[in-house]
Amino acid sequence: MIAFSNLIQQLDSTNKTNDKVQALCAYFQNTPHQDALWTIALLSHRRPSRPITTTLMREWAAEVAGLPLWLFEESYHIVGDLAETIALVVPESQIQHKDPPALSDIMEEIIALKGQQEATKKKYIIDQWQSLNALQRFTFNKLLTGGFRIGISQKLMTRALAQALDMEENHIAHRLMGQWTPQTTTFDQLLRNPNPEDLLSKPYPFCLAHALQEAPQKLGNTTDWIVENKWDGMRGQLIIRKNKWYCWSRGEELISDKFPEFEAFLSLPDGTVLDGEILPFKNGKIQNFALLQKRIGRKNISAKLLKDAPVIFMIYDLLEWQGTDLRGQPTRQRRELLEEMFAQYKNSALPWQLSQALPSTSWEAITVERQKATEKHSEGLMLKKASAPYGVGRKKGDWWKWKSDPLTIDAVLTYAMRGHGRRTNLYTDYTFGLWQGDVLVTFAKAYSGLTDEEFRKVDAFVKKNTQDRFGPVRQVTPQLVFEIAFEGIAPSTRHKSGVAVRFPRILRWRHDKKIEDANTVDDLKALLVP
Amino acid sequence: MKKKKYRPLLEFTSKGIYCRLADVYLDPWRPVKKALISHGHADHARWGHQNYITQQDNVPILKHRLGAISITGVPYGATFVINNVKFSFHPSGHVLGAAQIRVEHLGEVWVFTGDFKIKSDGITPPFEPVRCHTFITECTFGIPVFNWPNPRQVHDQINQWWATNKNQGKTSLLIGYSLGKAQRLLHYLDPNIGTIYTHNAVGKMSQVMEDKIKFPKYSILTPETTKKDLAGCLVLAPPAAAEGAWLKKLGPYSSGFASGWMLTRGARRRRAIDQSFVLSDHADWPGLLAAVEATQCQNVITTHGYTDIFAQYLREKGWNARTEKTDYEGEVLETDKETAL
Repeated sequence: MIAFSNLIQQLDSTNKTNDKVQALCAYFQNTPHQDALWTIALLSHRRPSRPITTTLMREWAAEVAGLPLWLFEESYHIVGDLAETIALVVPESQIQHKDPPALSDIMEEIIALKGQQEATKKKYIIDQWQSLNALQRFTFNKLLTGGFRIGISQKLMTRALAQALDMEENHIAHRLMGQWTPQTTTFDQLLRNPNPEDLLSKPYPFCLAHALQEAPQKLGNTTDWIVENKWDGMRGQLIIRKNKWYCWSRGEELISDKFPEFEAFLSLPDGTVLDGEILPFKNGKIQNFALLQKRIGRKNISAKLLKDAPVIFMIYDLLEWQGTDLRGQPTRQRRELLEEMFAQYKNSALPWQLSQALPSTSWEAITVERQKATEKHSEGLMLKKASAPYGVGRKKGDWWKWKSDPLTIDAVLTYAMRGHGRRTNLYTDYTFGLWQGDVLVTFAKAYSGLTDEEFRKVDAFVKKNTQDRFGPVRQVTPQLVFEIAFEGIAPSTRHKSGVAVRFPRILRWRHDKKIEDANTVDDLKALLVP
Repeated sequence: MKKKKYRPLLEFTSKGIYCRLADVYLDPWRPVKKALISHGHADHARWGHQNYITQQDNVPILKHRLGAISITGVPYGATFVINNVKFSFHPSGHVLGAAQIRVEHLGEVWVFTGDFKIKSDGITPPFEPVRCHTFITECTFGIPVFNWPNPRQVHDQINQWWATNKNQGKTSLLIGYSLGKAQRLLHYLDPNIGTIYTHNAVGKMSQVMEDKIKFPKYSILTPETTKKDLAGCLVLAPPAAAEGAWLKKLGPYSSGFASGWMLTRGARRRRAIDQSFVLSDHADWPGLLAAVEATQCQNVITTHGYTDIFAQYLREKGWNARTEKTDYEGEVLETDKETAL
């Protein structure tokens, strides 16, 4: 616990990637394996489920600190981080552990807490708060609530592990995949001597794309690129090995049971791994993403649901064929094999489609394809370097996503809330409204898209123009207009405006517009794809 | 019979805190005829008043900041009377020359804190509680997450950080406000570690206080100072100077910022600094509560900081507390707000 807390502090206090990797590497070399394993699990989003609600944590912290709950809540909104607020308000105890427990012990205790009575949980947690110092208390709270937000990507951790163990980064990345927990494996089993059986079901690390920021012409010859649609579904990897099949999500969750129709892929030869997109598909047409959400959200996949929300696997890469790992081969070669294979099994009535390579004779032709993307229920284009191998993670330069221009609308700032993390204490979380008659109807919330300088200005505006307060939320005088961009749009009964938008963000501050110039709810509805 | 309208002893006007009976303002933010000034920070001691009255140790500081002004200095504890109203200055422990202003008329006593801290910093006369009926207080850090660590330990951390940087061949760039924080930092630097340089603004201000505060030997940076001169040294600079072309002069360096805000991660991360030190010249939460208690007052007026929250809490604890809007800023978080000195 001491070493892990110090590690968190070290990682948190530097922005330099090399320093982070170095700190992690030193930690992995000097830490008992069981703690190292837990650290890997925690930094790769394998935290055990929360044994208590954050509501209870707030109540107990306020009680221990002798504060009214409202004052604790206000402090939390200002600090912007629950774990930190608790660590700061709980008074330092005189009787601290001389030797705080090991990280792995704490984790076992947290897991064991799950089935306990509330009183037992409360006693355990308050005991920990009072016996740890402020830094460890913060770390302990993060172990309970999750999400360290210290700028450590899985990739950085993999690099540090590779250095510490003197192994190949790619091997580490592959071995860290899948649904293991520190309770089902050991450090050696996971990283040094994996069981061949375990490896059978493991997905390969996904190759991820970067967003194309520059003009595509800068990428050079179009013939060096394979162009496809960017599908708007759920990324998946389908594994067929030893007469078993596995479907993995990009978040490394085994999702086979959500898509029982994929069992049909067992008719493909042993040793096949496909990369693709799970898409809602009905009446011979790709459907809106919202339909897929129905499938993902359900625990039990009923026959009715299978009928109402059918899916297909849109394949776009062949990672393994007849037991051979193809990832080292150039994309063009893998694509040829993929197309051959698809042609060969085309008549087996599998729930799949091939993501077509689009004509790429010129950037003009590609630009035309991009304009047609939306009507194909695609988000834009993917540009994949024909000569590149299948990369691990987000490697820059091989895969680009070139999304269609977002939809935009001008909306009025109506409410604001303080931000979290580095925006703590600044009003940076905004609610926007559109006109319906002479009323502003809430249509979206957005947190990103302004520069720090602009955020400071809006923050000052909010503080000066507060009309009303609802807990942490401030209602502001409608005065500022922003252009809001978003990706998808679908009808919704849950939203006041009757429309749900995906990934809304602020495109720019429209200083030139008055609130009367902002758009209406009807303008928004007009953007719905029939 | 005509009923006389009740006028509070101090009123909050668009120009500042006003004593009608004496026709003087306390820390006014617009130009006035006569201003009583609590301390030298720019948000409290503004330019343009006809007459300044302040604690005597603050006189050289104000003259340094504001140039030729008409100013009278009064020692701590000495009462002066203006039109039957009694005024006196009492140590607020904030920075050198900082005072709470006590106002008394017909037995009614008001105290205005300006800015204050409870715990002695060893270089300014410590905060002195003053009994009053109405206490006008700052509450920059008026939420319970703010509990200051022992300043002694913080000064040790700073010296250790400097020594470590020096061993790595780096310059240490230590950032703190020119008036107050910088002198406090300077006073506690260990000159055995290496050479101390100050940015011009810090150095000039420190010179003004040299006869009141003991400083280790330091030199002011000049255009002639070279990268080589600075290797392993400590450079003390104000926040406004923490971004600028002159930083190129430093060669490899590690930056450290000393402020109460550095207690929270969000504030630390918002600044691109290598090391943060929690050191404030304002009262923390327990300090604010202790100060209010010690005055034995019935009424509290909160002026700047987390005013609504602090007043609400005091009301729940039985005080008659309210908030008044002022132009004071307290310890500011962003560099661009500090007035360059």
